[in-house]
Order: sequence, then C-alpha cells, then structure tokens
Amino acid sequence: MKQVFSRPESLKDVSTHFCPGCNHGSVHRLVAEALDEFGIRSRTIGVASVGCSVFLYGYFDIDVIESPHGRAPAVATGAKRARPDRIVFTYQGDGDLAAIGTSEIIHAANRGENITVIFVNNTTYGMTGGQMAPTTLPGQKTSTSPYGRDTNKDGAPFKMAELLSNLDGVAFSARVALNNPKNVLNAKKLIKTAFRYQVENRGFSFIEALSSCPTNWGMQSLEANQRVTDEMIPYFPLGIYKNTADL
Amino acid sequence: MTVTSTEKLFVKGNEAVAMAAIEAGCRCYFGYPITPQSDIPEYLSRELPKSGGEFLQAESEIGAINMLLGASATGVRAMTSSSGPGISLKQEGISYMAGSELPGVIIDIMRSGPGLGGIDASQADYWQATRGGGHGGYRIIVLAPASVQEMYDLTMLAFDLSDIYRMPAMVLSDSVVGQMKESIVANPRAKLALPEKNWVVRGRAEGEEQKIVKSLHLGDGEMEAFHWQMDARYHELADKECRWEEVETADAELIVTAFGSTSRIAKTAIVMAREAGMKVGLIRPISLFPFPKKAYAQLSERCKLFLDIELSTGQMIDDVRLSVARDAEVAFYGRPPGAGSLPTPEELFEQIRKNYRATA
Repeated sequence: MKQVFSRPESLKDVSTHFCPGCNHGSVHRLVAEALDEFGIRSRTIGVASVGCSVFLYGYFDIDVIESPHGRAPAVATGAKRARPDRIVFTYQGDGDLAAIGTSEIIHAANRGENITVIFVNNTTYGMTGGQMAPTTLPGQKTSTSPYGRDTNKDGAPFKMAELLSNLDGVAFSARVALNNPKNVLNAKKLIKTAFRYQVENRGFSFIEALSSCPTNWGMQSLEANQRVTDEMIPYFPLGIYKNTADL
Repeated sequence: MTVTSTEKLFVKGNEAVAMAAIEAGCRCYFGYPITPQSDIPEYLSRELPKSGGEFLQAESEIGAINMLLGASATGVRAMTSSSGPGISLKQEGISYMAGSELPGVIIDIMRSGPGLGGIDASQADYWQATRGGGHGGYRIIVLAPASVQEMYDLTMLAFDLSDIYRMPAMVLSDSVVGQMKESIVANPRAKLALPEKNWVVRGRAEGEEQKIVKSLHLGDGEMEAFHWQMDARYHELADKECRWEEVETADAELIVTAFGSTSRIAKTAIVMAREAGMKVGLIRPISLFPFPKKAYAQLSERCKLFLDIELSTGQMIDDVRLSVARDAEVAFYGRPPGAGSLPTPEELFEQIRKNYRATA
C-alpha cells in the first residue's frame, strides 16, 4: 500500500496548544510543506514572535530564534545579513506585526530584505485574551472594545498585504485564507511561492493568512469559520497584491 | 587602513572603537545616528564592508538592537553603538539578549540626560549600565575606558568576554573620551581561549539537534533555575574578570576613586596633591560590572578615606560604599552632567585638599 499523506518532516510529532478551530495549525503545516518541498529545512531559521505563535520551536523541527514583541523582522534581518545563505522567515500575529511591530515590518520590507514573512491575521490579540487588534473589524466587540471598534476613535483596520505591496522593496505580497479546501490549496500554493522568492534571492515576500480565533471571538469552530467567510474576506480581500517576478 | 600594526596612530576615541571591532572580527554592525557616537557608524559604514562585514543603518535603536540579537544568534560577532536616549530604547533588546544568553557588544558613549539632555560628557548612566537597564533582573559586562588606547583595547576585550560568558558586553564611555584624539598602538589582542558556540542557530542540519535561542521559560522551576544559573555566572565574573588601575595607593591617606574621563582629570589633581605634600592615590575601576570590590576592600583595610568623583550626583558611590571596609569613609564630589560641568584639575585638587587629613 502506498502512503500518500503524512506529517511534513519539518513538523514535530507533537500535539499543539492551539484551540479547536484555530488556523495556526494549518498555516504551520503549509509552511512546513513548503520547507520540505524545497528541501531547505536544514538551512532554515525560523523567527518566532510574541503571542500564540511564540511556540513555533515546539512544533517546527527547525532552528528558531525567539524575538521580542513586534521585532521579528529586525531579528530576521540580523540573521539573514549574518548568514545570507540561510532561509529566514518570521511568523507573526496581527498585534505583533501590525501594532507594536509596524516600524520593523515596514522597514524590513522597504529594504527588500530577502526574507519571508508569514502574517496570521485573526483580528484579535489571541494569547492575551482577545483584546482589540490593529486588524479588528469596525464594530467588532473585543475585551478592550466592549462597545465595538469605533473607527472614529480607533482608526480603521490595517490592510497589511495591500499596504506593503506599495513599497518598492517588496517582491511578493498576497493574502490567503484557510476557511475552505479551495482556499487552503491556494494558500499552500502562495506560501510556496513566497518561499520560492527567497530561495531564488528575489527579495522580500509577504503572506497574510486570515485565521479564525473561535475562543476569543466567543464562537464555535464552524461559526468562526463562517465569520472568516462572511466578515473577514469582504473586508480583507484575498489575492496577490504584488508578484514582481510573476512566479 | 590596516589597523594591525605597531605604528602609532592618532585617532578619535570613537574611531578606535570601530577599528577594534573590525580587528576583533566583528562581522555585523547595526546602528542609528546619535551624537556623540556617530563617528562609529560613519567609520564602519566605510571600513566594515572592505573586510567582508555587513554594515546596516537601522530604522531605529530598537531595530538595531534586535538586528544584533538576530545576528548574534547565528554565531557571528556583532555590535551596535549609541548614547543615552538610544541606549534607553535598546533596553528591551538587551533584556532579551540577556535572557537568551546571547553575546553581543554595545557601545554607550554617554551624554547628559534625562530626556534629550545634552551632548556633553556624562557618567549618569552608570546605574542604567551596571544594574541591567531593562526588565527582569540581569546584569551585563560593563567596561569603562579612560583613554583612546583603552577604547581600542576594551572593545576587543568586550567581544571576548561577551563570547566567553554568553551575555551582552557594554563599553561605557562618554563624549570626552569618544571625541578626543590620542595616539594609540592598534595591537592585535592576544586571543583568549573561547568556548565553542555549540548553541548557535544556523539551520538544523541532518543529525544535528534543534537549536533554539529563547528567553521564555514557562515550565515549573525553569525560570528560577535560569536565574540561579545566571547568578552563578555573575559570581564567576566577579572572581575572574575584575579589572582596575591603582595609582600611588601604597602610602595614600586619601584615595580618590573615579572612572572613565573623570579619572583622567583626577590623575592630574593627584599629581598636584603629591606636589603639595599630600599622600593621595587613585583607584580607577576599569570593569564596572563586575565591580572590583576586593580591590576596594583591600585598600580600605589600611586607608580609611576615599573620595568618589563622578559626573553625576552620585551613582558609582553605591558600589564603592558596598565595597570598602565598614570603618572607611567615602566622601563625594559630583558634577551633574551638562555644558560647563566638567571639573578642572584645580577644582578636584581643591576637593582633595578639603577632605584630606593626615593620620598624624
């Protein structure tokens, strides 16, 4: 009997701490598959950020540097400049990348660092208990926006994939989702494309992955998945925003 | 310019730091412009690429320290430099580096503060440097040069000690020593025996164990164990790496103590005091962490009067008082930093004269 499906080599054989219905596990798997398929695991350095994604090193069977909150693109810059022959990626949530780490992501992108950034947007601070994030949707209730996000007061959600695509240093920028099999397959393709940019030394690549957070949204898994479809994707349209080498 | 020579070179303190970094094998420099240390990134932007190194002007002080973290984690020698306001911003990264047991060299050319302060020489960041300026409870190695030659030598030493003890090392200087020109001999330092960096993150090759550089410790007892492990390392540093200079202490009735630029002025004042018949000596700590406590303890068995001089309202004096014998007295003369506050030798001589009393 031929085995056609198994755990990627770049992932460890362990259970994750992620909540049921959360998409971090799927994104982990797709990134691991990309590392496997390019055969780059042994020369890859992951940069973990702060939040639910901090345990990257517990799930990926790769070398990992843990970064201060928001600073992963700067840490990755240091690692890549020191070891340009390594594949370096960051894995960051929305609070990390789009709030406290805006300076680091914008400048790493603008310098065109030859790194890959995986940005998981679930419209909330997951680890700290569901506070308002820079990507929290207008009107969305969180533990620090109990009356709903008021865009007059809190501004509008950041659209990072679009924003970064405007920088000359960015080679590839795309937004994906994991709410249905078709989108998962597309996410896999685009995550692989993002790493291909780095493998071929073509510059900065960025993936924004829309994710559900059933626990902090106060929803069942299926309900949360439906929210990605009904509320997130209309506000954060999926697609490729920049693809300089047309890969 | 080749820096490995026995010829005398006439250079600025900040340039000596940059030259020493290249000689020490620094592969990456990350920095942000701030007076009075900008000669360091300027020199390295010109010279580091020539030796195959990487110079990058970061978007911020926070960016620079985290780039240092990332580069150090991959095992290369790396450095950043700044001054007061910038060093404050770097404290987050320094705390993470300390928590991740990462080496890395940080040059602090002190200016006055708090806040924007001014660009004049200051020693008011002694506490920030020696107490571990960030959160969590940690120390870093702190070396204090008093001459351009020492800017060179101690920068080299900082790289070695940082690698040996796996913690950030700071060269704590000020705008006087950073900006002044003196002649130096840019000798290559005798290489200390360095431990193998078996913890380095550079890609998990087949058969190798996964390497993780991190400061998060959630397991029962893990964080506590880490603190005790670091505490043991700080004690090891205190045993092995204290450095200081003594001048005419053997018969001294009063021992002046000062570090960095202030010690240079104090030395002139001591010559004046000796000429006036007063038995005055100097102890100058070169390593501020570890602080050379034993040297003070020994001196104070005989000499019971110390005069601590600082460009602040008194910070190092805490360490001096903790180090000297219980019956020793520590007098203080401080000049808070700022334009025009640098004391003259005559002013320090006057302080010596005021405090001096011969024991019959």
